[in-house]
Amino acid sequence: MQGTGPAICLGNDIDTDLIIAGRYLRTKDRSVWAEHVFEDLDPMLASRLSGSVIVAGRNMGCGSSREQAVVALREAGVVAVVAESFARIFFRNAVNVGLPVIEASVACTDSARVAFDLDSGWVEVDGKRYPARPLSEKMVGILRAGGMVPYWRSCR
Amino acid sequence: MSTLSEAFLGAPAGEYVDREVDIAFAHDGTGVLAREALREMGVERLPHPDRLRLVFDHIVPANTGTTATLQAELREYAGVSGIALSDAGGGICHQVMSEGVVRPGMIVVGADSHTCTLGAFGAFATGVGATDMAAIWASGETWFRVPETIAVNLEGRLSGASEPKDVALAYVADLGMEGATYRALEFVGDGAAGISMDGRLTLSNMAVETGAKTGMFYADPVTVRYLADHGVAASPQVPEDSHYERTVAIDLADIVPLVAVPHRVDTVCEAEEVAGTHLDQVFVGTCTNGRYEDLARFARIVRGKKVAVRTLVFPASRSVLSRAIATGVLADIVDAGCVVGSPGCGPCLGAHAGVLGEGEVCLSTANRNFKNRMGVGGEIYLSSVATAAASAITGVITVPEVV
Repeated sequence: MQGTGPAICLGNDIDTDLIIAGRYLRTKDRSVWAEHVFEDLDPMLASRLSGSVIVAGRNMGCGSSREQAVVALREAGVVAVVAESFARIFFRNAVNVGLPVIEASVACTDSARVAFDLDSGWVEVDGKRYPARPLSEKMVGILRAGGMVPYWRSCR
Repeated sequence: MSTLSEAFLGAPAGEYVDREVDIAFAHDGTGVLAREALREMGVERLPHPDRLRLVFDHIVPANTGTTATLQAELREYAGVSGIALSDAGGGICHQVMSEGVVRPGMIVVGADSHTCTLGAFGAFATGVGATDMAAIWASGETWFRVPETIAVNLEGRLSGASEPKDVALAYVADLGMEGATYRALEFVGDGAAGISMDGRLTLSNMAVETGAKTGMFYADPVTVRYLADHGVAASPQVPEDSHYERTVAIDLADIVPLVAVPHRVDTVCEAEEVAGTHLDQVFVGTCTNGRYEDLARFARIVRGKKVAVRTLVFPASRSVLSRAIATGVLADIVDAGCVVGSPGCGPCLGAHAGVLGEGEVCLSTANRNFKNRMGVGGEIYLSSVATAAASAITGVITVPEVV
């Protein structure tokens, strides 16, 4: 799996309440989450997400298990999330909804060109290549299928 | 020797395993998305409905027509699929599961991050997302990476007005919000035996605030007695001399009332340092501190007095509420001028029933004080029940006295 996009740099400990607030959870309309994603962090961020790669610090996606957080990012057009470390439920959720997550420690500048190759296990920021922590075989399989739902259907 | 995680998952730390789960539950929030995922997956029949639970706790009773409709659809699905449903008023999922459902040695997954609470029984209990839960309901199993383990070694006994919540804030401050990411916590040491089941549930509850998968105690005579009271037979687990990645040592006698200040759970100070901070609301409840012992402790402090600030008390479950009625604890709370809400999560996640206004300050017994969590522009301080009670009486953050 490969991809590319301009970087949006975020800090450490971005919690899922900041990604999508509790007041927007009670709906099945995914466009609501994409519209309000990161509203409490930076209301201008949502409009910049399409086609971008989020590059966060440590403990990305900590807090609530709400899957709406990763769905919001995917629906807003985020290509992938790179972070030095992830909260584990956010990480599993991202894989399950088909949003590539890459654990790597990189130097980020806003709008830098990010490229990644999950199969070869690297991520590049402005041409500088960093190693990515390998995913388990199952996680790669789920991501490659586009998420748990298509993975399940392909296995049955 | 193996850690509890290694023993229950059957492999050494670092390995990936597929394991059948004993209990898998979701709530009214995550359940809706799990149901959607099952529909998209084309799953019609669930292989083990007896192992599954749905618990309505996050927004109960429903706050809007949309919420009510989503809950009605999920309620109907519970009936069709054979999943036991705890409807509005039954209580918070982790509390309902702690009242005789989860037993030592089980593998438990919940579609809620605070599922680690149930590690207090000597079970491997961890949170997952909604689509993960759908796949678990459909297959009966899931994958885990067997975690490395950090020991939290408890020595001695709590003294003064300190309580298990202060210990929880102490270890979260020590480890930090990412100090145990991908790892498990085990609460060990001679001090563990002196902590009640309600207190252990509080300690295990906050494991996820350090990034941990779960926070486990060994089942001991305290666990066995508690489960017997809930009609469940269980045996103690024999502690092993396990290999821990590191150990956090806590002398319970050194613990003083603590407060986590906005907007991080790991920015913790002594209550003394923030004493006098103006409050607009006090909130007692949640999967951290809404249990009977918590309500009883709160009632002992406010009995015969009047609260000076809007104070909301949400029992964690119907059985907690029922016991508080039977013992007179609830009357003390009501007579002190508190608002009593229906069993459930209450305003913890800022969705209903006690949302903060811009600039309002809340002292809460919950587990998270993230920015805007209880309402845009609101500030959340986290404390023990005793600190919340003392502060409710004065209207400012107040160090509790020994009662």
